[in-house]
Amino acid sequence: MTIQFNDETFRDDYTFHNSDWAIRRFPFPFHEDSYMYSVNMEQHRGGPAGSVYEKRFDVDEHYVSEMKDRAIVLAEDPLRCQSLPHMTLAGWDLLELIMVSKSEDYPDLFELHRDGNDWRWINRPLGIDDRFTFLDEATLPYGPMEYITRQTQGDFAVLDQRDENLWMDAGMVTTQADWSLDFDIGMNFFEWHAPVPLAHEMGIFKRALKFLLNVQQGNPARRLNWTMTVNPLLDTSPENYHKWGIQKTTLTPENIGSKQHLRVELQTFFRLPRSNALVFPIRCYMIALQDVVTVPKWGRRLHRVLRDVPVELATYKGFIGNRPLIVDYLSQFDDGLPTSDGIWPDLDTEPPLRKG
Amino acid sequence: MSTFRFPPSITSRPVYGTLAPRPGKAHLMIADAEGAEALLDLAAADPELFANAHVIFIPKGTGDRFTEPLKAANPSILHVGPSYAASVPRIRRVLSDAHMGLQVYLAGTEGLMGQAMNEATAAGIPHSAIQTEHRGSVARRMQCVHCKGITEDVMTDPFVCAHCGLTLFVRDHYSRRHAAFQGVCIDAEDPGNIPDPVELYS
Repeated sequence: MTIQFNDETFRDDYTFHNSDWAIRRFPFPFHEDSYMYSVNMEQHRGGPAGSVYEKRFDVDEHYVSEMKDRAIVLAEDPLRCQSLPHMTLAGWDLLELIMVSKSEDYPDLFELHRDGNDWRWINRPLGIDDRFTFLDEATLPYGPMEYITRQTQGDFAVLDQRDENLWMDAGMVTTQADWSLDFDIGMNFFEWHAPVPLAHEMGIFKRALKFLLNVQQGNPARRLNWTMTVNPLLDTSPENYHKWGIQKTTLTPENIGSKQHLRVELQTFFRLPRSNALVFPIRCYMIALQDVVTVPKWGRRLHRVLRDVPVELATYKGFIGNRPLIVDYLSQFDDGLPTSDGIWPDLDTEPPLRKG
Repeated sequence: MSTFRFPPSITSRPVYGTLAPRPGKAHLMIADAEGAEALLDLAAADPELFANAHVIFIPKGTGDRFTEPLKAANPSILHVGPSYAASVPRIRRVLSDAHMGLQVYLAGTEGLMGQAMNEATAAGIPHSAIQTEHRGSVARRMQCVHCKGITEDVMTDPFVCAHCGLTLFVRDHYSRRHAAFQGVCIDAEDPGNIPDPVELYS
């Protein structure tokens, strides 16, 4: 299908919206009625047609507007994109991976023509047609990582692998769930996850690291993570927290359905061929609660999960103060019926909401 | 006694050891304030060590208290500097001459050790040749996550950013590259609601 790109904003007047298509394909992150941390990795080898899992780098109706938002963030704060000097080769690896994947997966939107190291890249949605020399930085307007990630949805952490650890040595981070690349750059896997409660004690990060160190070329992996965001604000950065934090206090029973968003990260992991780095795209999807509950199974389940999630998690994810309002709202959409296993909407098989 | 036992914390927070004499062709020792006591303990444990030691000491409010004892330990070179910042060019120059086998000893405040550690690793000194020992003040070097300014010697939580003026709470999340802990606006969700500052670890 041809994607109709939305003209929308993720700040100020917040005109962001999901079409019915985007709602149905939303990566709902809960496969059962409760949630606790787990490594929950699976192979990233496609998925159901039309789902966010189908392509290596999903492009959706928000693409063009998200890239405009990224450009605004970078103009205000260039430190959101940084690459330590030894990571340039990994940047080229990433540029190649994305250009090859997108041109193969979306031939109507992207084209890549290669003649040795003379490359031509056409990005139709963004109106880009550039010729450059692969591995020659002087032929691009930005470094290779910045160039391609200004054209690709999602944050990107590029991880160097050494000493049996992963080091966050480069990244493009403008749609983050409240963490700072500028602060965390150069940290290893355990250090940048240090503030996460409970998961260290559960051994989550040791197991996840072991898995990630062994991700092989051509065998990418993926998992989902989630949090809650008031207003469809992509840039929930610590850098700007003193500006957006106040928005968390604006929920009322009347506006919560449209203002409170479930924020989901599709995290994928690709081994890069020349540098042996691991690239960790963190793609952010947002959905208003009032749109979640149009899928009866999701409405039931989200109510149960958020009601029961441990206090530490609700605090860390930043919605402990709003939890009573959220749970109250969602309770209208939970009739107590059982839910089917798995994350899919199951619209044809799950019963509609039984009105109490 | 100038030692302080830090309570257990998150994995990005540095932990410090106790300086121990190690065999090496040369020894670079950088300390501030009560960090001098750790160097003097080192000298007591192995007086020979100081024959090949270059000591850079920043008294930082301790006056002359440690200068004479350090002299008496008879280091090959003793430099007493007015501030860490003023000693950086010297540290870089000394590190540029370093050979395999140099041992680095850092002692004193976290801010000094973190910054000097960066200089040493940037010069290619392996981690295994660098030791640290905390002594004296538990003041922290803080990065404001909002304006990126560094505030030195923060003693309270919360504190006021010396650059942008926001009131920040003190996190244990630590960046080796910045040699600083992270400070985050404390009243973002409730402007003006700022708790009274409490001394760190009090």
